Amino acid sequence: MAVIVAQNISKKYIIDHQKAARRGRNFRDTFSEKFKHFFGKGQEDEVEQEEFWALRNVDFTVNQGDVVGIVGHNGAGKSTLLKVLSKITEPTEGRVSIKGRVASLLEVGTGFHPELTGRENIFLNGSILGMRRQEIKEAFDSIVDFAGIEKFLDTPVKRYSSGMYVRLGFAISAHLSPEILIIDEVLAVGDADFQKKCLGKMRDVSQSGRTILFVSHNMAAVQSLCNRAFYFEHGLLKMEGDTTHVVNNYLSHVAKTQLERYWETPEEGPGSDEVRFRLVKVAPEYQPGKQYIDVRTPLKVQIEFWNMEERANLNLSLHLYAFTGECIFNVGTTSQPFDKGLVSATLDIPGNFLNDGSYMISVMVVKDTSSVLYQFSDAVSFEVEDHREGVTWYGKWPGYVRPQFNFQISQAEVLV
Amino acid sequence: MAEEVIIEAGHAAKNYWRDLWKNRELLWILSRRDLLVRYKQTLIGASWAVIRPLATMTVMVFVFSKVAKFKGDEGVPYSLMVLAGITIWTLFSTTFTQISHSILLNSNLVTKTYFPRLIMPLSSVVVGFVDFLISIGLFLVMAVWQNHLPGWQIILLPFFLALTLMASLAFGLIFSVMNVRFRDIAQLIPFLVQIGFYACPIAYTSSLVEESQGAWWYNLYYLNPMVSIIDGFKWCLLGDGSFFKVSSLYPTIGLIVVALYFSIYYFRKEENSFVDYI
Repeated sequence: MAVIVAQNISKKYIIDHQKAARRGRNFRDTFSEKFKHFFGKGQEDEVEQEEFWALRNVDFTVNQGDVVGIVGHNGAGKSTLLKVLSKITEPTEGRVSIKGRVASLLEVGTGFHPELTGRENIFLNGSILGMRRQEIKEAFDSIVDFAGIEKFLDTPVKRYSSGMYVRLGFAISAHLSPEILIIDEVLAVGDADFQKKCLGKMRDVSQSGRTILFVSHNMAAVQSLCNRAFYFEHGLLKMEGDTTHVVNNYLSHVAKTQLERYWETPEEGPGSDEVRFRLVKVAPEYQPGKQYIDVRTPLKVQIEFWNMEERANLNLSLHLYAFTGECIFNVGTTSQPFDKGLVSATLDIPGNFLNDGSYMISVMVVKDTSSVLYQFSDAVSFEVEDHREGVTWYGKWPGYVRPQFNFQISQAEVLV
Repeated sequence: MAEEVIIEAGHAAKNYWRDLWKNRELLWILSRRDLLVRYKQTLIGASWAVIRPLATMTVMVFVFSKVAKFKGDEGVPYSLMVLAGITIWTLFSTTFTQISHSILLNSNLVTKTYFPRLIMPLSSVVVGFVDFLISIGLFLVMAVWQNHLPGWQIILLPFFLALTLMASLAFGLIFSVMNVRFRDIAQLIPFLVQIGFYACPIAYTSSLVEESQGAWWYNLYYLNPMVSIIDGFKWCLLGDGSFFKVSSLYPTIGLIVVALYFSIYYFRKEENSFVDYI
């Protein structure tokens, strides 16, 4: 049975380029604009107004019991969609019909007042989320227990640690019992332990047959929890369907990757008088049916450069950086003499080595193992997506590498 | 099965008033929040609610009756008249100010959750009303002390009270909507309240105005809807000795009803786009 039917919804924002934002305009601005328009001035040169469609002609149906993951880049319209569905903002065009009680969690602890105590805030936040006083009273002990804040019930929440604050906020929302639950990236906050608790709670909710719409950048969580997925791009619903299919498609479009740089002639290539680069390329051996790099994917790095000097003793040095700037490793070739001409090198980075994340590669040509002829920084970049098997935990896997070392466990003795 | 909700551009929710009623607990909780928060981290707590009106009255009585030598109506103690005037004017000005700021002050709720937005201005009335109750208690104590107890007229007090709250809603709602887009309103409000204080018969009586019937500003004076409300309120508490021109009340009622209708209409029309401009 269809519980949400969206027909052709669009949401338009007007962006003023001259004034930095729509936020906080004043009378004078609007009046002087009107005034100038009245006298036929200031149309082109003054204010450039641009229409921005946060959502464009979006159609979909969600059935009862569906757990829908909504994926897409930042600014693709995911949050706007949730705001429209939660009635926080109205669509510019189109129509949505929703059957059932809706609860939206766009934030943890919406409306918490810092001066009020934990106890007072439970009632405040519960009411804001649409719970009745009686319901809150019944769930009260369970909320306090879930959040683990018994000792601090009568302390103003401004004295809470951020962890306690988030736990209390989530504990309250976990006790909502709506027919349709709308969640925006709640899992982005909190530590691994807390994220685990959240996901467990969401699984419980989905198993009780309720409908969930879930925006997340955590693909592993989306794939595990959701039976359907929507992929948004530039305000358009680009793809919908089976989660694995949609997520694969989304990940293969993830930007910020430049797997290959190639130059035809030495004149065009980056470099110095002594060396010129021709090619730096990351060639992944994708998993069957996948079009993106995940933690299992072996990578082959190919490098070609022109040596412009006779009989130079050269070696290559490659640095792999995490997106945060830390160097993960540095590997070098042996140094050996080369004649004038093209030199090529390959490096194998095995699968099951790098952790998920964004990486950049820099390459250096070194002469006589001591002087750097040319350093080609950020030559190529790529992203490694998460992939897990046999685990039910979806928090961020710590560390820059995720090697599969031989790690054995066995029952050593049985207590009788 | 469950109710069906339609979301559409410009679609006024059919069940708006029912939703509002269903959310009455939220209304109460938000007002309770405002009340609770008010005197947190103060030493003397709620005593402030008594001290403030008392101090204001003392200063005003001293300045206007001892220094400026104002006279009230015949047979009405001047200090009581001022206290009655301050009581009703403070109710109007605080509720009006609170309502005007209600949407902005709750912007964290506006951007993250839905409920009928009228709840915010309505809940913000409560703080002003509690102050009013304290203030009127103070008045009764003073009335006993000065031996000038209210007469039968006091039964009409709720009527004037209702008019005052309707007036602050009528003007406050429009301002609260405009405040979302134009922060100028926040600058304008204290200024308006200050003008109102002098334009309304608080420190003086309207019978003084009656002496200038031919003057160009005479009609302007009565255009201000608060004038007849304040006169009526004072009459309720101080008896027939207090000047009250009943005929001035009719246009006021008409004006307030029209303004209230219009401002609710305007509020309903704009409330769905608050989040886009806040």
